[in-house]
Amino acid sequence: MRRYVLRRVAAFAATLLFVSVLVFAVVRILPGDPAMLILGIESSPETVARLRHSMGLDRPLVVQYVDWLGRAVRGDLGISIQYDVPVGRLIVSRLPVTLPLMLMAAVFMLSAAVPLGLYAATRHRRAGDYAAMIVSQLGIAVPSFWSGLLLILFFSVHLGWVRAGGFEGWASGLWPGLRSLLLPAVALGFFQAAVLVRATRSAVLDVLREDYVRTARAKGVGERTVIGKHTLRNALIPIVTVAGIQLGQLVAGSIVLESVFALPGLGRLALGAISARDLPVVQGVTLFVASSIVLINFAVDVAYGFLDPRIRYE
Amino acid sequence: MSSRRRLRPLRHLTFVLGAVITLALLATAALSFVYTPRDPLAMSITGRLQGPSAASPFGTDQYGRDILSRVMTGAVTSIAVGVIAVSIGAAVGVVIGMLSGWIGGWLDEAFMRLIDAVQGFPAILSALLFTAVFSPGMVVSMVAIGIAFVPAFARLTRSSFLELREREFVTAARALGAGDARLVLRHILPNSLAPLIVQATTSFPVAILAEAALAYLGLGTQPPHPSWGLMLRDAQSFLSMNPWFALFPGGAIAVTVLGLNLLGDGLRDLLDPKAA
Repeated sequence: MRRYVLRRVAAFAATLLFVSVLVFAVVRILPGDPAMLILGIESSPETVARLRHSMGLDRPLVVQYVDWLGRAVRGDLGISIQYDVPVGRLIVSRLPVTLPLMLMAAVFMLSAAVPLGLYAATRHRRAGDYAAMIVSQLGIAVPSFWSGLLLILFFSVHLGWVRAGGFEGWASGLWPGLRSLLLPAVALGFFQAAVLVRATRSAVLDVLREDYVRTARAKGVGERTVIGKHTLRNALIPIVTVAGIQLGQLVAGSIVLESVFALPGLGRLALGAISARDLPVVQGVTLFVASSIVLINFAVDVAYGFLDPRIRYE
Repeated sequence: MSSRRRLRPLRHLTFVLGAVITLALLATAALSFVYTPRDPLAMSITGRLQGPSAASPFGTDQYGRDILSRVMTGAVTSIAVGVIAVSIGAAVGVVIGMLSGWIGGWLDEAFMRLIDAVQGFPAILSALLFTAVFSPGMVVSMVAIGIAFVPAFARLTRSSFLELREREFVTAARALGAGDARLVLRHILPNSLAPLIVQATTSFPVAILAEAALAYLGLGTQPPHPSWGLMLRDAQSFLSMNPWFALFPGGAIAVTVLGLNLLGDGLRDLLDPKAA
């Protein structure tokens, strides 16, 4: 097991390195001159040269990259042009919105998808199965930002129960904060759940066809134990794989939902930075989010090793 | 015949339904080139934010433009971005997967880590990064969405190459004097196509969803070009004045994606019976 984990850690580190190269390449190499990008094309050559020097852009690219990476590893992502504060601090200040939104969406996703997928599999080719599949097809087809708009239309414009957006913050207690995240988390979580329902159903169906399930039933083991102990545990690998991918999608989805519900999270930080030409913030947020997704994938890989001992020895 | 008989009747139904919806989408897009009920760009100050009526069955937007005509032309944008994005993802992914699976060794290892890294960039994230550097537009959408598809295509190609290169027909071809290029292009690649076609089909609706999301965020298709996501972005400001404005473009996305998904499911059952 230790060897397996060590190998995964090495791969994880290499992957992170590639992530940093990709972000660096897009921001520093593709555009030609970031200083010009920040100042605009009408700026004088002297101003551009001064900014180039202060940003260290007159040094060789490799030196710039190593320097940038070294700082990033220590948590120094540069200074925001728009707010004049460290990018790292800006990111941290937005996490209390984005992180709970993601977690709530993930809870909704898992608590809707796994039971529904299990139910569909146990009712294979009967009415319940078809109903679950129709629901999940619809869920996949409806974009989360549209379902968000529909939720606003219904709950806030039509019924007037909640505000159409904005974040009340955690200062006044847990409930006001949760309340502002509830609708976006529902829109995000249930949309992502649809894919997981299908994955859970097909994984469970595969296991239900196994000989050991038939044996367990023949021995007179109760259906509850057959499903809960024999089936679900063995079906977990594909379920965890898809759940991991979906979790990464939740990160991307929360950027969209923050926009729909005017939530001051990471996504809105990045979108605002684009209109303000705040390159360090866009770069920092992208690096942070991409690394988080890679981290989730790494956690899923390690989880395989625990779930299925066979994988460790491959 | 036997494999046909094994297909469940419901599969036929979903496949047919998917094919019908997809054909309707293509027909709508084609029709919009020669006919829309009204000019999708024509504004009207007096007819702003109207609900559905005989003159405008889907109502009008904040500039008095006909929503039905705009939904119709929006279909072209969705299809164009979808097709090109999937092509980019497939082309780059297949090349990486081929090199990885055929050459192996450290190159394979490096490519796989690169692919893992690319997986950290969903279309929205790449689009954010590109838009910070270039101006937003359809090209950014296509490239950002395409990049997000690269890992899936690369992994699929690599795994079928790994499996096929050990097979007897490849050894036989090699013994007959076939070179690397011939082995890869004539013998292995054609045998890896079925799962790749399925992947392309299932990626297409994902691309359409992503295009809409990017346009909605202002990172993709720009006004006055009609795009379903862009229409929803506009509609949000006028939810209480004309809720229909948000219903029709969103409905168009949902129906399109539903149809393409059903079609993809059906196609997978036909081409790749093992996965069904």
